[in-house]
Formats: sequence, C-alpha cells, structure tokens
Amino acid sequence: MNYRLLYFASLADRAGCASEDRDSDAPTPRELYAEIAKIHDFAFTATRLRVAVNGALVDWGHRLAEGDEVVFLPPVSGG
Amino acid sequence: MNRFRLSDATIDVGTERNALDHAAAGACVGFEGWVRNHNDGRAVLQLGYQAYAPLAEREGEAILAEAMARFRLREARCIHRVGLLAIGDLAVWVGVSADHRDAAFEACRWIIDEVKRRVPIWKNEHYADGESGWLHPDNTPAGI
Repeated sequence: MNYRLLYFASLADRAGCASEDRDSDAPTPRELYAEIAKIHDFAFTATRLRVAVNGALVDWGHRLAEGDEVVFLPPVSGG
Repeated sequence: MNRFRLSDATIDVGTERNALDHAAAGACVGFEGWVRNHNDGRAVLQLGYQAYAPLAEREGEAILAEAMARFRLREARCIHRVGLLAIGDLAVWVGVSADHRDAAFEACRWIIDEVKRRVPIWKNEHYADGESGWLHPDNTPAGI
C-alpha cells in the first residue's frame, strides 16, 4: 500500500525530508515504524513515540489503509 | 468553538483577553510563556517552533474542552506561536476567566501543563555556540 509519511523535529532532520510517499506491506504503524526506522536509522524506539493517522492519534495496532497519512511523533516540547 | 489556535504572528494579549469577558466572572488568570536566553546552562539566541498543525489544533481544543468541564470556568483560551522567535517573545499564552480565583489559578496551570505534555509542537533551540537542537524531553538525550 501507499502511505504518506510526515516527519517533524529531529525525525525530519534524520530522514533528511519533511515528508515522503512510501510503498509498504506494513499493515499497522508498528510494522511501518520498524521498517522506516531501519531505512532512516531512527534511534527512537516506538515506546518513546506516539503515532497519528490522518490527523488523529491512534494505537500502534491500528489497521492502515491505502493513502493514509502517517506521522510518528517524537516527544513534544511546546510551551 | 476555537479556544485553541496556532499563530505565526505576534500574540496581542490585550486583544485576546477580550474573549474571556463574562459578566459573572470575578477572576481572570493569564500565563505568558516567554523565550528565555538560556536553557540547561547554554546561552540561547532564538527558538524555532514547529507544529503538526491539524493534530496540534485538535489536541489543543480537546485540552481546553476538558478544562471547561473539569474546572468552574466561564471561558478559556490558548494561543501557541510557531516559527522563529526572538529572546523575550511571547511563545504561548493561556487565559481563563472564572467566578472565583481558585478555579482560575488551577485551570490556568493545568492547561499549560497539558499543552506542554500533549500538543505536537517542538522547540528547536539555537545556541550561542552556533549549534542547534530539537528538544525531546523525556529524560533521554535530545540528539538522535
């Protein structure tokens, strides 16, 4: 399936881009993160991140659909 | 109703606090988060804030709705800046109005704490030594 990935903060720095389209067989964010963490050499374990699909927070076991926008959120630092 | 918003322009507290007006309110508490010139012992020159806007707005609205339900408030607002900010700039503003001061103080504190904990906004500190770094505070090193 095709997914749209957005990256923020240090994940964007490490990926070298703010977004990318990726063809993947990963059925859930859990598998997708494992796949892209390897590709981009992300050091965060999934336990330190939250994940959003199409602008809403979801569980790591959420079933992904064709065209989903997936964002792995590093620990936040607003304020 | 939009009680929370992101802004790429200067926050005018004098104008924004009008949204808190209520004839039954006897207390108004505001919090201003400012850009300071140091963090963790390092000199900071400026800050960049980045947000995942659709989720930041959704989470921010949820926090303010929860505050309205949790505390005896008349109104509540929060605005968070994005983009590049200078030392002394107002980065985040929280304002609440309530019939009495106890609820106003407690709610204001609760809102800013929840915003810092939950809303997908990240701070990039630009240091005097030329380095910069994203802050990912959860007791682990910021750099990856």
